[in-house]
Amino acid sequence: MDIKITTPLSKEELIKLHSGDYVYISGTIYSARDAAHKRMYETMEKGEKLPFDIKDNVIYYLGPTPAREGQVIGSAGPTTASRMDKYTPRLLDSGLSGMIGKGKRSKEVIDAIVRNKCVYFAAVGGAGALLSKCIKKSEVIAYDDLGTEAIRKMEVEDFPVIVVIDSKGNNLYETAVEQFLAKEVEK
Amino acid sequence: MRSLHTDEIIKNVREMCIEANLQLAPDMTEAIHNGLENETGNLARQILGQLEQNMQIAKEDKIPICQDTGMAVFFVNVGQDLHIEGMSLTDAINEGVRQGYTDGYLRKSVVKDPLLRENTKDNTPAIIHYDIVPGDKLEILIAPKGFGSENMSKLYMLKPADGEEGVKNAILQAVSEAGPNACPPLVVGVGIGGDFELCAKLAKKALTRNVNESSKLPHIKEIEDEVLDKINHLGIGPGGLGGRTTALAVNIETYATHIAGLPVAVNMCCHVNRHVKRTL
Repeated sequence: MDIKITTPLSKEELIKLHSGDYVYISGTIYSARDAAHKRMYETMEKGEKLPFDIKDNVIYYLGPTPAREGQVIGSAGPTTASRMDKYTPRLLDSGLSGMIGKGKRSKEVIDAIVRNKCVYFAAVGGAGALLSKCIKKSEVIAYDDLGTEAIRKMEVEDFPVIVVIDSKGNNLYETAVEQFLAKEVEK
Repeated sequence: MRSLHTDEIIKNVREMCIEANLQLAPDMTEAIHNGLENETGNLARQILGQLEQNMQIAKEDKIPICQDTGMAVFFVNVGQDLHIEGMSLTDAINEGVRQGYTDGYLRKSVVKDPLLRENTKDNTPAIIHYDIVPGDKLEILIAPKGFGSENMSKLYMLKPADGEEGVKNAILQAVSEAGPNACPPLVVGVGIGGDFELCAKLAKKALTRNVNESSKLPHIKEIEDEVLDKINHLGIGPGGLGGRTTALAVNIETYATHIAGLPVAVNMCCHVNRHVKRTL
């Protein structure tokens, strides 16, 4: 099913999304990948304030290429999510509502998704030029020294993603492959 | 003796970095299109369609195909009768990478120390594999390599008794474990033989062979065809969301090995399998 949603995402909205839904996201999302996650985690460990309010917000695992003159952002596709697994449960327990990435998640992350009624979305890996067209504004708001790994506040319009893990823990990476194989056997 | 100035090398490497990241070679675009024609599922077709659209936008708007513009990996064949003037060849290649990644708006993805992790901010140093060959030419091949797929690569030190079956199982196991992480549809580069490090290098080199070209060794071609077919029956599909197109090709390179060994390396590459070659 194709669904349009706007960030921030409340729990009521999140539980309505199901594994396999094709979703277009509009609104504000934040980019953060390996180095930014490490720093955010350390900030939380010290009991200090994060550079943005993660409550009900969505993090996009992204390190874009530099923008040319006249472009909002360069190539902007998702990076592999599992590298953020170590830091993710803590962010979800602190109010983060969604993540956009690609690839499998750990059991600890899936448990935290279910516990907090969150959603893990996948964008198409390697479609960075296409996805960049849905990003209408982009501004570095923290960790500027990290270059491509800095935290960006971005405005997106109809950014295309697929719900991979929903708030009940259904996992499209497992079910889609099983369903495909069952269909091929029928043929 | 023929002379070649490093200014010429820098200029060409700069251009090759940019070219490789904005446009895939025809063998790759054709393979992706064939995958799309062969898929029946809506989601698989939609994803492959997006990849085609993505390549079109990349070309027209000069936006890199993928944001991971890679570590710059080179295979360089140096003719033994060629004299290189100017700076050192390695410095020249790195200068070309520096200029290409800066002027081409490519991502700087290299950290100087693997543990301290400070970005070098110009994507250097490159990884350069040299071979000395007959002749007076310099052949440079660049293959910018993204790490989403690189991270899913594997090296197996099999026993000779594991034989052909062992090799096939190792490749299938590596692809199954990679699943959606390596951005399927994949190109699977395989090295068989040599020793620990040469085997891995062969696997990387295998990725630079066109996806529509098979091994010239008949028994290896058979393995390439059989394993590709088995991979495409795993159901992983485009984006790992189910489908027939899990891999576009299995390319195998081999080398002599020791009586006690059967090394197998599997170097994963996503569908953004980039390579540009120039002879100077």
